[in-house]
Amino acid sequence: MTDMTATYAGLEPTRAEKFRQRTVPLILFALVLLVIPLFNPSRSMITLLNHMGITIVFALSYNMLLGRAGLLSFGHAVYMGLGGYFAVHVMNWVAEGTGFWGAVPIFSMPAFGFGAGALAGAIIGWPSCRRSGTPFAMISLGVAELVAAAGFMFDSLFGGEMGVSADRMAGPEFLGLSLGPVDEVYWFIAFWTFIGVLGTYAFTRTPLGKLSEATRDNAERVQFVGYNPQRVRYLVFIFAGAFAGMAGGMSAVQDEIFTPESLSLVPSGAILIATYVGGIRYFTGPIMGAIVMTYMGSNLSDYTVGWLLYLGLMFVGVVMFLPNGIAGIVYGTADTLRAGRLGEVWQSWLLRLAGLVLIAVSVITIIEVAFRWSDGYGEVFEPFGLSLATTNPLTWILGVLPLVLGVVLVLKAAKGESK
Amino acid sequence: METLVFALLNGVIYGLLLFMLSSGLTLIFSMMGVLNFAHASFYMLGAYLAFTIMEGTSFWIALFLAPVLVGLVGMVVERYGLRRVHAQGHVAELLFTFGLAYLIDELVKIFWGRTAVNYRVPELLDFPLFTLYGAQYPAYRIFILFVAAFMLVALWYLLKKTRAGLIIQAALTHPNMVGSLGHNVPLIFMTVFGVGCALAGLAGVIGGNYFVTDPAMAVQMGPIVFVVVVVGGLGSLEGAFVAAMLIGLLQTSAISINASLADIFGFLGLGPHTEVGEITIASMAPMLPFLMLVLILMIRPRGLMGDREI
Repeated sequence: MTDMTATYAGLEPTRAEKFRQRTVPLILFALVLLVIPLFNPSRSMITLLNHMGITIVFALSYNMLLGRAGLLSFGHAVYMGLGGYFAVHVMNWVAEGTGFWGAVPIFSMPAFGFGAGALAGAIIGWPSCRRSGTPFAMISLGVAELVAAAGFMFDSLFGGEMGVSADRMAGPEFLGLSLGPVDEVYWFIAFWTFIGVLGTYAFTRTPLGKLSEATRDNAERVQFVGYNPQRVRYLVFIFAGAFAGMAGGMSAVQDEIFTPESLSLVPSGAILIATYVGGIRYFTGPIMGAIVMTYMGSNLSDYTVGWLLYLGLMFVGVVMFLPNGIAGIVYGTADTLRAGRLGEVWQSWLLRLAGLVLIAVSVITIIEVAFRWSDGYGEVFEPFGLSLATTNPLTWILGVLPLVLGVVLVLKAAKGESK
Repeated sequence: METLVFALLNGVIYGLLLFMLSSGLTLIFSMMGVLNFAHASFYMLGAYLAFTIMEGTSFWIALFLAPVLVGLVGMVVERYGLRRVHAQGHVAELLFTFGLAYLIDELVKIFWGRTAVNYRVPELLDFPLFTLYGAQYPAYRIFILFVAAFMLVALWYLLKKTRAGLIIQAALTHPNMVGSLGHNVPLIFMTVFGVGCALAGLAGVIGGNYFVTDPAMAVQMGPIVFVVVVVGGLGSLEGAFVAAMLIGLLQTSAISINASLADIFGFLGLGPHTEVGEITIASMAPMLPFLMLVLILMIRPRGLMGDREI
């Protein structure tokens, strides 16, 4: 028996390992957040960064459900929306400045969102979390539809189509931040993003966080060990709602408005896509997904009207071929490099990369030409000085040939790897 | 009386359309355990394809050709998409169909534009069939009624009276046993998926010009179809039928009720000019199916007539 415990003790990571694996990444993240303003980003860049921070916290809270607890929710925006709405209302009370509210700084709004999100999670989670799997997904869908419909119905709470707006410069200043210009809002977002990352990470280290993963993998065994899977799901759900509400509070300060749209299925679907594309099996996956998706959402739409289609293609591609998402690629590559196996795999990697680029050339050509054709304005897709009209045979060659070639290369790479 | 009769007639037609949409989904869901998020997108695809075919030829060709095309698309999706994702479990499957619905939405926007297309009732059926209480009743609605009823009988006959139906029914509950008996279960799955999508397409063909054919029609219809399937119960076409009728009647009759909550709950002291009191039953109609969904999943997870829990 003592031998057993001795060997188990040997398995435990050393202090240095723990520090390197758990604390160092967080310190690095904080450093990145501190260093970003030194590069003098433009105002629009800061706004984009702020939205990234909000989406990071939102995606992490969503992954508490999807990745950690295995609960697929189609209505997670409900909790961000309700948290955000509460924060917007609190901001208006602060602006009135009577009694207690006069002393509340706007800086603390995410905390109010956190509370409202937790409350919403506690109320809605009670009926939802009795089942997992498809019934849970369906209930979340029904609840989202109900809450969104209610959002358009109760104008005094949700402000109707126009939503509720607030002023982030009201109330007492905190840490000397007036929160007027966006670069001051950046510090606010950076602070709360760090708190959100820290909080969701700390949650994965708690017994509840571990139990939620156990419940995902085998609820029956969890029950045998003496825990109630329903209660585990319920508690996780409350925390996920709370962090989503926190993201809502951040968004309330950044955008100063909340509309009933934010409760609907559309933002819920968007966060599902962002989280999954990032990679739900890694803690950092949702962070990567949030950064990539927010960037694409704000910049890709400048280049092409079809960016939603690209987003959809990317999502389906990830679901079909890359269940570990972006994080899977990043960590997989890092592992291979660290193990010194680059020499064995570089050929198939190169093949695959070439194949993917070729496929992308075809897909982009087809989509862009199709979009211009359907618009009916007679516009012509002109990449790199080529004029790709529908009548130009080059268009069809570019649309088909690289696709076929690319698929062949990718298949060849896959074959080589399986050997 | 007048409103009641019209609400009943319209409710039955809406319910039959809903059943046509959800019958395929029920079969697919019971057999493969996949709640196909893209099912309503196939309904939309049916409507749009019918619109295009009708421009080139006639409505009657579209009525047959469009569902067949949609069915073929469905088969391709099952063979090369779903079957591949199947190995990764139900969540991946659900996500795949979710992404597919997204893609079909965007593709429809590319090919047919972002606004509604002018998909109209064929001229042959564009006349008032009879006059009821001074209001004319369009013949096309009765046509929908007949197509839906015909489909209902055909589906019932296929499933209950033919050998193919027998195998499908067996595969619903015991796919492994059916496979052991020498039937090609993946082929059965693919066929059922295709036929289910074709039925959704048919609903699109006859429903698209009854409602509006625009890129939002899938998003509007999709969640309601889920409600029908879940409320009806797993593996039960009868349940889906009852649920579709129930929701059809409930929604259309709720729309025609003009009373507000204050009129009903006024005795509890709810004022007619308070925010809650001003809500009319009609404005709550779109919420009713989802209320039903949540309540059913909480109280009776197997649905009205399901043979097992989801």
